[in-house]
Amino acid sequence: MATTVKDPAVTAPPPPVKHGLAFLTSRLRQIGIFVALIVIVALFQVLTGGALLMPDNVSNIIVQNSYILLLAIGMVMIIVAGHIDLSVGSVAAFVGAMSGIMVQDWSFPWWLAFIVSLVIGGLVGAWQGFWVAYVGIPAFIVTLAGMLVFRGLTQIVLENQRITGFPEEYRQLGGGFLFPGLFPAETNILDWTTVGLGVIAVVLLVVSQLRGRATRARLALEDEPAAWFFTKLAFIAVLILGLTYLLAGSRSGTPIVLVVLGILIVAYSLVMSNSVFGRHVYARGGNLQAAQLSGVNTKRIDFMLFVNMGVLAALAGLIFTGRLNSAGPGAGNLFELDAIAAAFIGGAAVTGGVGTVIGAITGGLIMGVLNNGMSLLGVGIDYQQFIKGMVLLLAVGFDVFNKRRASSALK
Amino acid sequence: MAENILRMRRITKTFPGVKALQDVNLDVARGEVHAICGENGAGKSTLMKVLSGVYPHGTYDGDIEFEGGVVEFKDIRDSERDGIVIIHQELALSPFLSVAENIFLGNEREKRGFIDWNETNLEAAKLLRRVGLDLNPVVRAGDIGVGKQQLVEIAKALSKNVKLLILDEPTAALNDEDSAHLLGLVKGLRKEGITSIIISHKLNEIRAIADSVTILRDGRTIETLSLHDGSVTEERIIKGMVGRDMASRYPDRTPVIGEEVLRVEDWTVHHPQESARVVVDAANLSVRAGEVVGIAGLMGAGRTELAMSIFGRSYGSNITGTLYKNGAPITARTVGEAIRHGIAYATEDRKKYGLNLIDDIKRNVSGAALGKLAKRGWVDSGREAVVAGDYRRSMNIKAPTVTAITGKLSGGNQQKVVLSKWMFSDPDVLILDEPTRGIDVGAKYEIYTIINRLAAEGKAVIVISSELPELLGICDRIYTLAEGRITAEVPIGQATPELLMQYMTKEKD
Repeated sequence: MATTVKDPAVTAPPPPVKHGLAFLTSRLRQIGIFVALIVIVALFQVLTGGALLMPDNVSNIIVQNSYILLLAIGMVMIIVAGHIDLSVGSVAAFVGAMSGIMVQDWSFPWWLAFIVSLVIGGLVGAWQGFWVAYVGIPAFIVTLAGMLVFRGLTQIVLENQRITGFPEEYRQLGGGFLFPGLFPAETNILDWTTVGLGVIAVVLLVVSQLRGRATRARLALEDEPAAWFFTKLAFIAVLILGLTYLLAGSRSGTPIVLVVLGILIVAYSLVMSNSVFGRHVYARGGNLQAAQLSGVNTKRIDFMLFVNMGVLAALAGLIFTGRLNSAGPGAGNLFELDAIAAAFIGGAAVTGGVGTVIGAITGGLIMGVLNNGMSLLGVGIDYQQFIKGMVLLLAVGFDVFNKRRASSALK
Repeated sequence: MAENILRMRRITKTFPGVKALQDVNLDVARGEVHAICGENGAGKSTLMKVLSGVYPHGTYDGDIEFEGGVVEFKDIRDSERDGIVIIHQELALSPFLSVAENIFLGNEREKRGFIDWNETNLEAAKLLRRVGLDLNPVVRAGDIGVGKQQLVEIAKALSKNVKLLILDEPTAALNDEDSAHLLGLVKGLRKEGITSIIISHKLNEIRAIADSVTILRDGRTIETLSLHDGSVTEERIIKGMVGRDMASRYPDRTPVIGEEVLRVEDWTVHHPQESARVVVDAANLSVRAGEVVGIAGLMGAGRTELAMSIFGRSYGSNITGTLYKNGAPITARTVGEAIRHGIAYATEDRKKYGLNLIDDIKRNVSGAALGKLAKRGWVDSGREAVVAGDYRRSMNIKAPTVTAITGKLSGGNQQKVVLSKWMFSDPDVLILDEPTRGIDVGAKYEIYTIINRLAAEGKAVIVISSELPELLGICDRIYTLAEGRITAEVPIGQATPELLMQYMTKEKD
């Protein structure tokens, strides 16, 4: 071979190691959202004179926002794929109504009503997914229609009446606590069930993170700087333990919905980052044609995403119906917008391809803490709406600004 | 001719960590066609962005003198006001607006805030005639071909009273006929006194139309050569660009050809929307293990359509015909099935169809065969990074790590990522559509070396290319395609550019 090409080993530059500040700026968006949450918490903690982080209030924030956070998980996945879902509030209301009819009118046991409700959610998702994926109608239109259709169906099946008086077991999911009688608050300083769960969570976190790092080291892969890794790990561990301490000191310990939410957050984060399905969602959102020409069945991905969203919306419907002990024709109104805002505040890109479950959850918590903090301060709903709108705009504005800065630096 | 319309002096432009331009000088004489050559990453586009005000004054060091005075452009509008217009490689026409609306976009013919449609369309028609386009200015820009769109861009520049026209790779997406027309037009503009700067990888074009050529390498000016006396050869320019003699532009190869791997019989494809239109007409072709087969055809001949229809029917409707793999008929109705049958297709438009530009190298490399890295639906991301790291080294992808975002790589490196992706899918047949489009000379050589390596491993390779010298340099056998029909099959020993062109332009009897 008459080769005069330079030796590849000589031309390939050695991997540059990012140190300290450079690494931090490269993670600015990721860190920024957490810092924002912490700043907001600290701000309201001061403004409310410590009322925000009272144990019972923390418990309240979690339960109050659980269904929005749940919807945000499904929503961020749909947004990553480049779609949107405007119907989740109506779907949640519809499923809540159906479950009410099942337990009240048809005398279904609570567990059967739950299962059937989730199936209904899945079917609703399949219906919308069919129009989006296989007919090719933009999700904005399909779910705008769905928002009207399922709101209408909710009102029809409820005959514009409210269903109340749900059985005790049904209400556990939305309003119940884990083993409330085991360590009664009167005789225990802390709820030891909660402490146990918190410690288990931290141990699992540390073990899995360390194992992951060890694997990367064994394969000689690039990794985060050690200082960053351990600081981050310690920080998250302290956060979990802090939350554990607060909940353990609250009147009733761990809300059941927090356990459900925790499991779903971990599971969906793993699905999005490590499963073939999740990776195909990112590929589909990043470049549809490239994904199709790489053999990704993008129609199936779209369809499955909406089925998933439908199931999560059903779960959200069960949770808030249980919490309020009521299924009404106007329930779940504007949930979709809170969930969408959470995903975008959490760093999802409008154009698709970018976004994480944990980001959406953080975005949802920012909204939740804002709501709660402002309510504690007696700020009216009118100002609350205004401030939440501005936060959404500024968060996405910061993102756009940040992206522009990064891309002009690399041009 | 002696007077310089443009002098750029000691231009230095630094990005964080990279010196993109260092003390670059550029002198362009009034009324000439001045070519700028250099490998990708040599700084050509950066220099033109400095000149046109994309990078405003103050973000670079050095001086720009235009028409005898120092200029300090704040943005593109500023430079356009002085008569400097840049036409980018990626065309910037709005497909849903008419040609006339596009020409006067941002520069509308108006009366008290209302568009004067008569003047708009009349003026547009005049400008279109000046660029040799016989086109109704009210047609939508998206409905005309790429070659015509390029001419519309030039008409748009003329509407701005251009004095210095900058063309960035103007013929990269054009077929030979449209290229010739465009280059003729640039020559014509020279007679009207318009100076042009043309960035191009196609050295024969440069030799044909440019008066002088400035060569950049690694962000520095290497030399400016006058092309008037004809003593400067393509090899001479290449030497300046790569800083070395290229003994051969195509690496040597001794083909070891085995059994037939893929055969296509009576393959007929219809247009996806207008199902009456035949795009590929009863095509027959085959490729053997270890063989590199070329497909030559002019734009619109159906090359990409043929390839994509074979690749899991990703193009076309109403497809008939049979595929045989290792002698047995197969069906590949989806891209997934095609990949499972060991067929790979690397697209001609890697940015649009080949890569997820916002994602990193490793996830692009694994994109077509994620299943190979997964157990029960879960991806082993550690192994993925190892695999991608191996390709980064073996394919010489110039990026610090496999977590580099593909959108920020140069064209040649992006192409290597696309090739890595398909190599990882472990195909028996690779269809490479314009594998070296928009890639500089040095990287082209590397791509050819990779193609040779694939053939040596016993893969069957089909290469589609607009550049005949490339097909002649790397193929063992060449099919010619005209109007969707295979018009000839030429063994490499008999192939000449003239013969191929004759078959490529052969019309239906």
